[in-house]
Amino acid sequence: MHSLPAAKPKDALSNSNLLFLIAVVIFVLMYGFAMLRYPGSFLQFQTFFDLFSLNAPLIIITLGISIVMIGGGIDISVGAVTGLVTMCCAVFLESGTGSVAGAMLLALGIGIAFGLLQGYLISYLDIQPFIITLAGMFLANGLLTTIHKDPLNVTMPAFVALRDFELVIPWLGTNNRLGNFIPLEIKLGAVVVWILVVLLAVLMKWSRFGRNLYAVGGNSQSALMLGINVRRTKLYSYLLCGLLSGIAGFVYIMTTGAGNVGNASGFEMKAIAASIIGGTMLTGGVGNLFGSPIGALTLLTINELIRAAGVNSNFQAIVSGLLLYIFIVLQSAVVWLRGRGKFRLALPSWLSRQG
Amino acid sequence: MRSENVLEMQGICKAFPGVKALQNVDFALRKGEIHALMGENGAGKSTLVKVMTGVYEKDAGHIAIEGKPVHFKSPQEAQNSGIGTVYQEITLCPNLTVAENMFIGRGRYAFVQWKQMNARATKLLQSLGIPVRPTQELASCSLAVQQMIAIARAIDMDCKILILDEPTSSLDEDEVNKLFALMRELKSRGVGIIFITHFLDQVYEISDRITVLRNGELIGEYEASSLPQFELISKMMGKALSDVATIKKHEPPATGQRVAVYEAAALSSDAGVRPFDFSIQKGEVNGFIGLLGSGRSESARAIFAADKPTGGDIKMNGTSVKIRAPLHAMKQGIGYLPEDRKGDGIIAELSVRDNIILALQVMKGFFKPFSRKQAEAFSNQFIQSLNIKTPSANTPIKALSGGNQQKVILARWLLTKPEYLILDEPTRGIDIGTKVEIQKLVLKLAEDGVSVTFISSEIEEMLRTCSRLIVMKDRQIVGELSGMNLTQSDVMHVIAGGGV
Repeated sequence: MHSLPAAKPKDALSNSNLLFLIAVVIFVLMYGFAMLRYPGSFLQFQTFFDLFSLNAPLIIITLGISIVMIGGGIDISVGAVTGLVTMCCAVFLESGTGSVAGAMLLALGIGIAFGLLQGYLISYLDIQPFIITLAGMFLANGLLTTIHKDPLNVTMPAFVALRDFELVIPWLGTNNRLGNFIPLEIKLGAVVVWILVVLLAVLMKWSRFGRNLYAVGGNSQSALMLGINVRRTKLYSYLLCGLLSGIAGFVYIMTTGAGNVGNASGFEMKAIAASIIGGTMLTGGVGNLFGSPIGALTLLTINELIRAAGVNSNFQAIVSGLLLYIFIVLQSAVVWLRGRGKFRLALPSWLSRQG
Repeated sequence: MRSENVLEMQGICKAFPGVKALQNVDFALRKGEIHALMGENGAGKSTLVKVMTGVYEKDAGHIAIEGKPVHFKSPQEAQNSGIGTVYQEITLCPNLTVAENMFIGRGRYAFVQWKQMNARATKLLQSLGIPVRPTQELASCSLAVQQMIAIARAIDMDCKILILDEPTSSLDEDEVNKLFALMRELKSRGVGIIFITHFLDQVYEISDRITVLRNGELIGEYEASSLPQFELISKMMGKALSDVATIKKHEPPATGQRVAVYEAAALSSDAGVRPFDFSIQKGEVNGFIGLLGSGRSESARAIFAADKPTGGDIKMNGTSVKIRAPLHAMKQGIGYLPEDRKGDGIIAELSVRDNIILALQVMKGFFKPFSRKQAEAFSNQFIQSLNIKTPSANTPIKALSGGNQQKVILARWLLTKPEYLILDEPTRGIDIGTKVEIQKLVLKLAEDGVSVTFISSEIEEMLRTCSRLIVMKDRQIVGELSGMNLTQSDVMHVIAGGGV
């Protein structure tokens, strides 16, 4: 054996952390570019926080789908379930007998019901998650249009108060073009997002369930041999994802104030994309819950950038698509190179030696 | 009772579709002993272990731990009852840290105490001399280290029974010695250890008793000190076939008329066979013989380029050819019947007919399909001539018994009219009657001028069919035997190192 280096050797970055780091770097670069190019809007704190306020449901769904993907599964029913929840809550709140607390419970209940059903079928009956959640998507979509076809604005006073509630933080405010001072305003949805990110990241890092889920996603056969209850762990991941769809649904209607058949449609695909950009691998076992909001923010920043540039909005989809290609190729290249042992250092040597 | 049994298994049966993996097997493990479980490929060792640990459910039989009957439904339950297992294939999660892999699935708390876990792991790794940090990702460790981590995990579980299924296959000598020291220490603490390996020297170095399995049946249980290595080999390979049927070996052509169909010089592949020279004459039946892991299958795979070839000069009928992929080999008239029938051979959902015409179709090209009538004619011809027992040519092959599936694959290759056919374990897991039929068929092919390389873990079968045996050990050729009257002891002397 050759002599040991004097300093305590650092562990090579895990794939999860490496992909997370790449996601952060890309987001920072992109946001930095946006700030330089369009200082008028992107230099305002309001713009940054609006990304959370206005897109809270998508970020919450991304968290849920990331959890399922870490366990090696997929859930494409999330968007439809979220949409269904918004409409159910709207109908309930407008029925005259509804209450805000009741609507919250309803939202959680619907999410849990879908999560439980799909999780059971996938884990205990060994059916492909794609097919089961595709069925779930159709079911939720069908229920949504059956319950109420037209847009439904919620006028219940208690709910409207909640919808319009904003946290005001004066010390992060900015002056607008006319020179009037505008304080920073944050919607409740953003707060929900932050709480969930921290809670779920802790859950995935420190709870037995979280670690078991990483094991199941990494190699479910090995996980079984290591004495992990694979079926139950998978079931919980879908349950959690369903629950988060429920929360996302409530946050959605709390943001827009209306039930609509188009609510959250297509969110499942955006969430999958965001999750992948945030460093979650479709093959399972690799991902970081802090990466998921970053991935979502990256996707949203691209959209904002394109909007700011004033080009055709079709470019949003094109650029998102191209970026996703790049990310997936990058991920598999990194993992492949590592597997061949040719990519031991996570950072180029000129970077890692500085530390 | 001085040395009570910590584990008792009685009358264990386990069948998979088409194969009886275990038939009425008894096994007993004493407290504080190292018990070697021996047998050739497919003898049922791993199946027996998996029945013990709840991975498979047994079809019949009783298992008792310390006298109490148990019935495990999952590896988790077995683990909780004090069975620690290191499986042949590494069953750890590459995306978790070293420490996690040692402790996951064992904690009783809802939350992970990383600091405590890493500290405990560091201690354990140091005491075993494993040169890794607990916070490293498992994927960054070498295979040998991963294997040691799996062992460390099993040891730390404070188990009553420790099962080591081929733990040494990826370890170097030093690591093996470390492992053995550890096993002895555990033994002195009263742990019963089941040790599975194909390295005979290691068995004698460390085992107290040996149980031999063959074809899913128990051959016997012996004290290691009273079973010579020579006898162990013969028990593993078996010789009970001789009275079933007598068949006449095919006489190779006289020296003067010999034509080498296939010749290779310094052939090697990325599966780790040492470069070897090999040739086969027209109408000859020869075979690679050796124990499991000796490289007999790898050599055959190298000829067919089933593993990526890394060197060698090949001549077919005297002219130089390049064989870099199985399709090249097929076009040169070489056929290969793989060892793993389920994985490499049959396409379970397709009909018998489609399975038969598959290889010929591949050679013809997929855009020129055979007409239904042609396919019908091909398949019917072989269903008759090979006596394949199937309700019809349309039956999916998965519905057939193991022996008949094997005949279908044989038919597939015969249809391509190969000059040279390699049969790797063609008779594994099939009944004796069909075995004899296949042996006869091999000899008939040889009479028709086809060259055949035959590989089997049953030595008797090879002695009955081959006129030349190439003896392998540790992935290289250690000797060659030829003649019409080869005997088992000739072969064993070469394998055991006695020279030709």
